[in-house]
Amino acid sequence: MFPHTCPFFLINYINPMAKIKYIEHDGKEHEIEVANGLTVMEGAVQNGIPGIDADCGGSMACATCHVYVKEDWFSKLPDKEMGEDDMLDQAFEPKSNSRLSCQLTVSDELNGLIVHLPEKQI
Amino acid sequence: MINTDVVIVGAGPTGLFCAHQLGIIGLKCEIVDNLDKIGGQCIELYPDKPIYDIPAIPECTGEELTNNLIEQIKPFNFNFHLNDRVQELKNENEKWIVKTLNGKEFLTPNIVIAGGVGSFEPRKFPTKSADQFDGKSVLYSVKDKTIFKDKSVVIFGGGDSALDWAIELSKTSKVTLIHRRDEFRGAQSSVDKVKELQKQNKIELLTKYSIKDVKGNGNLESVEIKHDDGNNKEIKADYVLGFFGLIMQLGPILDWGLNIDKKTIPVNTENFETNKKGIFAIGDICTYPGKLKLILSGFHEGALAARGCFKYARPDEKYRFEFTTASNTIKDRLGLKE
Ligand SMILES: Cc1cc2nc3c(=O)[nH]c(=O)nc-3n(C[C@H](O)[C@H](O)[C@H](O)COP(=O)(O)OP(=O)(O)OC[C@H]3O[C@@H](n4cnc5c(N)ncnc54)[C@H](O)[C@@H]3O)c2cc1C
Ligand code: FES
Repeated sequence: MFPHTCPFFLINYINPMAKIKYIEHDGKEHEIEVANGLTVMEGAVQNGIPGIDADCGGSMACATCHVYVKEDWFSKLPDKEMGEDDMLDQAFEPKSNSRLSCQLTVSDELNGLIVHLPEKQI
Repeated sequence: MINTDVVIVGAGPTGLFCAHQLGIIGLKCEIVDNLDKIGGQCIELYPDKPIYDIPAIPECTGEELTNNLIEQIKPFNFNFHLNDRVQELKNENEKWIVKTLNGKEFLTPNIVIAGGVGSFEPRKFPTKSADQFDGKSVLYSVKDKTIFKDKSVVIFGGGDSALDWAIELSKTSKVTLIHRRDEFRGAQSSVDKVKELQKQNKIELLTKYSIKDVKGNGNLESVEIKHDDGNNKEIKADYVLGFFGLIMQLGPILDWGLNIDKKTIPVNTENFETNKKGIFAIGDICTYPGKLKLILSGFHEGALAARGCFKYARPDEKYRFEFTTASNTIKDRLGLKE
């Protein structure tokens, strides 16, 4: 009714966020709000979520930001760019649903995304 | 035992420029890196990519930057110890004894850690069962290819190393090449060659498979692999080779009694000394409020750490600030004649 006075709306308006759930290998879940425009990797690193190393700082050169994405979400994500699969070859236990979280940019479309973290990154 | 003023751990851009600054102020140094080449991330991860934010150099590749840094320190004739890793530091009478994996020893008042995100090491198989054969029949590099003659060799990977070794070893061994997907990241000519050898039954090529288990009682007997669709397969193997690229590991640096904060070493910003006297940290491996993991920051950090080293290397002398344009002493050190 009064969207501009609703604090929740206002926050969303100024700084749109998406909910991302990170599930550690042992099952521990972390659900956080990540600002649109950041990557799923940055969301984890800035919030101190263990299990994502991101040694190269997001330049797609280390494969230590590797995550698994369940099939239903996997097909909804933007396609891999050139080079991502080459880096995934060098990740710890890559599977067919592997992605590099530094290549996933958070947007409204990713709201509700669930990523599973591998047993380890290196 | 090699006596020196400074041992630099890591020959990335930061370590190289710090060496230059040491040379300028008249100190000697020895540089150790466990890669087989100089240049750190710039040479290992992006030799052909252009960099746009090196001050006064609008554009240069990782390799060009490295070559220029090497050129810049040439006058000082510093020694490089490549293919070797700094393993152990021991304090003795105000000095440090530095030991490497290959058994080299240095005696020095100063250590500059310019180790980036850690030393580059081959990524190993995720399966724990592979560890017991590590270095014997499960290998991540080839030192002597004659050991594979007339043996069954299973190679994992999709890059140039995997393809090249599959081609080479197929001449004298029974080779199976296994990769997690249909596309390869190695050179197309090598991919074509492997497919040709596959047609001639000289290489068995299995894609969309990954390793599940390594089996053997004392001696390696077979590897179990699983397909994307869930089916398993067992292959007889005398040797298993894995080529999954390199990872960066802090490794021994964690054992040196230094404060560590999320894979980085906190330093003061006056001279980049760590919590240990005479041990400095610069470049990607150091952290302080406002730290930027950029090459240009590493250069600044190296310049200040070099001055920090002077104090311990020449305790009886006073460091004098000089410009390279104006100082004859510096020109002498650079081998320039008036
Ligand atoms: C793809 C990519 C693009 C980049 N682009 C830019 C850019 O445009 N601009 C920019 O400023 N920066 C860029 N960077 C970052 C830049 O490369 C790093 O900041 C820089 O390489 C850090 O230099 P360094 O000397 O501190 O460490 P590194 O370059 O990581 O070198 C460290 C060296 O130390 C060695 N080492 C570690 N431990 C030991 C040990 N115990 N014994 C022996 N050797 C050891 C390692 O093997 C390694 O060779 C980029 C990085 C990547 C991956
Ligand atoms: S952070 Fe290195 S590849 Fe993603």
